[in-house]
Amino acid sequence: MEKTTKPHNDSLFHSNSEIEKRDLRRRDFLKFAGASAASLAILGMSSCKKDHDDGMDNGGKGLYFGSGDIAILNYAYALEQLEAAFYIQLVNNPYTGMTDMEKAFFTDIRDHEIAHREFFKVALGAKAISSLDLNLSGINFSSRENVLATAKTFEDLGVSAYNGAGWLIKDPNYLLLAGKIVSVEARHAAWVRDMIDNGSFANMEVVDSNGLDVAKSPSVVLSAAAPFIKSKIDVSDLPTY
Amino acid sequence: MNLLNVFEQINAVDPEFSDRISPRREAIKNLASMSKKVTLAALPFFVSELFKKAYGATAPTDVNGVLNYALTLEYLEAEYYTMGVAKAGLIPSGKPLGAITTIRDHEVAHVNFLKQVLGSKAVSKPTFDFTAGGTFGNVFSDYDTFLAVAQAFEDTGVRAYKGQAGILLGNRVVLTAALQIHSVEARHASHIRQMHRARGGGAANQKPWITGANDTGIGAVVDPIYAGEDNVKQAGVDITSLSGSMGKISTSAATQSFDEPLTAEAVLNIAGLFIKA
Repeated sequence: MEKTTKPHNDSLFHSNSEIEKRDLRRRDFLKFAGASAASLAILGMSSCKKDHDDGMDNGGKGLYFGSGDIAILNYAYALEQLEAAFYIQLVNNPYTGMTDMEKAFFTDIRDHEIAHREFFKVALGAKAISSLDLNLSGINFSSRENVLATAKTFEDLGVSAYNGAGWLIKDPNYLLLAGKIVSVEARHAAWVRDMIDNGSFANMEVVDSNGLDVAKSPSVVLSAAAPFIKSKIDVSDLPTY
Repeated sequence: MNLLNVFEQINAVDPEFSDRISPRREAIKNLASMSKKVTLAALPFFVSELFKKAYGATAPTDVNGVLNYALTLEYLEAEYYTMGVAKAGLIPSGKPLGAITTIRDHEVAHVNFLKQVLGSKAVSKPTFDFTAGGTFGNVFSDYDTFLAVAQAFEDTGVRAYKGQAGILLGNRVVLTAALQIHSVEARHASHIRQMHRARGGGAANQKPWITGANDTGIGAVVDPIYAGEDNVKQAGVDITSLSGSMGKISTSAATQSFDEPLTAEAVLNIAGLFIKA
């Protein structure tokens, strides 16, 4: 481990108390949640008034995700679009001092996210939402620290999204697919975390005292992702809780 | 059994109980903090009621079967890391020992969690033989062997949980908990693979994700653990036919980007190598 992963902030994992950890996690979340009125306005969840009883009307409402499993697949497709775009830009604009291993592994992750994105697009066919207009302008791609922090946020968020949406899926084949993808996202998350602080692959920010990872509802995940999504989206029939 | 009485008792010691149990909260996440307040005797009863309520009348035997299957694997992992950490001189101190200790703590937590959930239905811990009948005779004296077997367990664990997800379809409490354990196992697998890679030798080229089938450098003995990981077809879609950043997505990327399940039979055959009784 020592030979290949260079801890850049040794003290973080070892000196912080659990309380400070929780605080950090909360701050991370709040930073990316961007819980502004504007970002929340795009989220018309199932709990709101239904506008799509016929499942057809998406005029003027933004990109319609559909309902049921289709909506969940489009939700995953949207998250994979975001991740793929981030890693494409990261690999195209490497920060100063990116090691060969970092470059190789980030390129791998980029290709995984593209594979996920393209898979969902093909699997959804005519029901797929179109490509999202994304906003990555807040990310400083020349900063290793900022890039890794963003990657960590996206990967942990992706894991929590699949974990939290699993029980909403009706078709066992789709559930299995989600399971095949989420463990790869967790492998990414662990590696990115180790690049920030060797040994933080599954620390108390993401694993609780029962040994359980984070699970988040679609509405919570989309709130966190909202600052990065410029397209207007209509998730009024997306199952959530 | 008067569930309402139990709820009232709990409410008396934990005023936030009603909030915790509300459908908008992830009840399971709060069990830890509750367990400090609820008497030890009441908790297993409460938890089993909570789960009964959660999975209702539909196939509880199957759900318990999955939970006991998971418990068996967690017993295996928990005992393995507990013995490894306890063996002086096996794991280098500092980062390596810290990481293995973290993993041990998670596996022990998984055992306790699953036992709590299953209550009296929990299977008891088998007797393990981590040398697998002598195949890994130096498992607790040679660090590389220890890491190799650890990696085999973690990658197997990830595949095992995935293989059972279908039985838990739609089950908010149990499926979510299984997924939450599953992704922790994947985080472990990623880290152990990095530790193993850093040791060089046959593992020097392996990555935190699985490339093709058996990419471990350990040898054919672990082939069954990686059988089928080289699959490139997902839901009828050949991933290598899709557009990548330049040209098509490579076979390596196609196999890395999706982890594959293992059947319970295959997993138990693997685990069986390490079980004496």
